[in-house]
Amino acid sequence: MLTVEDLVTTYGAVRALGGVTLTVEDGTVMAVLGANGAGKTTLLRTINGLVRARSGRVTWAGRDLTRTRVDDVVRLGIAHVPEGRGVITELDVEDNLRLGALWRRDRRELQTSMEEMFTLFPPLAARRGQSADTLSGGERQMLAIARALMSRPQLLLLDEPSLGLAPRITAQIMATLRRLRDEAGLTVVLVEQNARGALSVADTAVVLNLGQVVASGAASDLAGDEKLRHAYLGF
Amino acid sequence: MFQFLNLTLNGVSTGMIYAAVALALVMIWRATRIVNFAQGGMLMFTTFIAWELTEQHNVNYWVALAVAIAAGLVIGAVAERFLVRPVENGPPLNAVIVTLGLLIFLQALAGMIWGNGQAYSYSPGFSIIGYRAGSRTLLFSPNDLYIVIAVTAVVLFLYVLFQRTSLGLQMRAAAFSPEVARMLGVRVGRLLTAGWALAAALGALAGVLAAGTQPGYVTPSGPFDSLLVFGFTAAVIGGLDSPVGAVVGGLLLGILLSYAGSYISNNIPTMYAFLILLAVLMVRPNGLFSRTTARRV
Repeated sequence: MLTVEDLVTTYGAVRALGGVTLTVEDGTVMAVLGANGAGKTTLLRTINGLVRARSGRVTWAGRDLTRTRVDDVVRLGIAHVPEGRGVITELDVEDNLRLGALWRRDRRELQTSMEEMFTLFPPLAARRGQSADTLSGGERQMLAIARALMSRPQLLLLDEPSLGLAPRITAQIMATLRRLRDEAGLTVVLVEQNARGALSVADTAVVLNLGQVVASGAASDLAGDEKLRHAYLGF
Repeated sequence: MFQFLNLTLNGVSTGMIYAAVALALVMIWRATRIVNFAQGGMLMFTTFIAWELTEQHNVNYWVALAVAIAAGLVIGAVAERFLVRPVENGPPLNAVIVTLGLLIFLQALAGMIWGNGQAYSYSPGFSIIGYRAGSRTLLFSPNDLYIVIAVTAVVLFLYVLFQRTSLGLQMRAAAFSPEVARMLGVRVGRLLTAGWALAAALGALAGVLAAGTQPGYVTPSGPFDSLLVFGFTAAVIGGLDSPVGAVVGGLLLGILLSYAGSYISNNIPTMYAFLILLAVLMVRPNGLFSRTTARRV
């Protein structure tokens, strides 16, 4: 279970998160929605330890993440797919995937996992030996997600996976998330501007506005709330 | 024709040493985006340590070489951890000044210990009497062959380390994209320290190899400064970002300087080096082996 309690993060004088509280149960998908600048990305980066929290606590499986170094977070079973994808363009596709599995103990299964990823994202298979800077935007996104999955995470933090992707590929990624949740018990925090797509896969959702939670609840309830949809979600 | 062959062989041998220094500079550039001006001072100091052992205390050549390389590892690691790390996030000029400061410090320290005006000779690892081809003597000795083999072996070792091992993959990731690497669990700080240590150790090898090539090489400044200049020139010719480029640049520079020194005049090698550099940069402004992709700075 991931819990966030009264989390405050500031960039200089700017308060990006002004006391966010939320809980994500194991094996569920939570959508984090909101406009640009609402604090969605900052929330993920603070959970992951890339940004230090000013105050508040983040706990995962009983561990205080606000006191954990970024490079230790992945060892706790948490994988982060950053906004703008974060593939290492100087490395080839296979090396990027290998980096995802650095801390897995079952090194022998690495090749099997890599083949699984190529089955899941067939465009990557054709480019496995190519440098990542030859990939299209959509392929980079697939690579970033595949790399995160290579670590066999229990918690996946996804930042705008649909950004710049064709609707068909977005749908495929959402279907993959649903399957991983149902089959592997994966917990997901999904940051999205594409509210409709995110709510279709999420179990619960929160809406952020200017660093505050303005609505939260079951995804279906939020999707059914017309006023909320008009005010914050734009559909 | 015989002279041409001789000059080429001689150029390959010195070029290998430039290649080693260039590769050391490139490794540090790739890891931390810093041109390590202290490289010349670091390899001068480690060579002095080896010289002290072999020439003053009769220690075996190979043991002294091993000590120099180990000292290089330590100096490189300490320099990164305690001098470069604190200025890492500042303007790039700060790091440049820090490495220049370290260079001057090491030169002064060596001067205090071993004397500033002194120039010592270092016995080479193997004979410097050229191989014979029929009745003529080649400008290529067992010691030259040893230089070529030693540098080639180390370059191959580094290639395998960086391209074929998990540690190498992590070091590349840490160098290319520290934040992403950190997110994936790479201990970026430690690996940058390791990168500096490896580079300084490679420099230490180059220093000992170079010291055996001429009498009076071992002195706090002078020959080692030129070695840094030639190594840096070779690295820039190769593109500064490319290990392959550093090796090719080193060989190219060594061979061309060997021709120029004999066919034109032996008095101004540094100027030839800059002319070669200028010529290369006019044709390929980013160096011979640089990637043309844009890079976030």
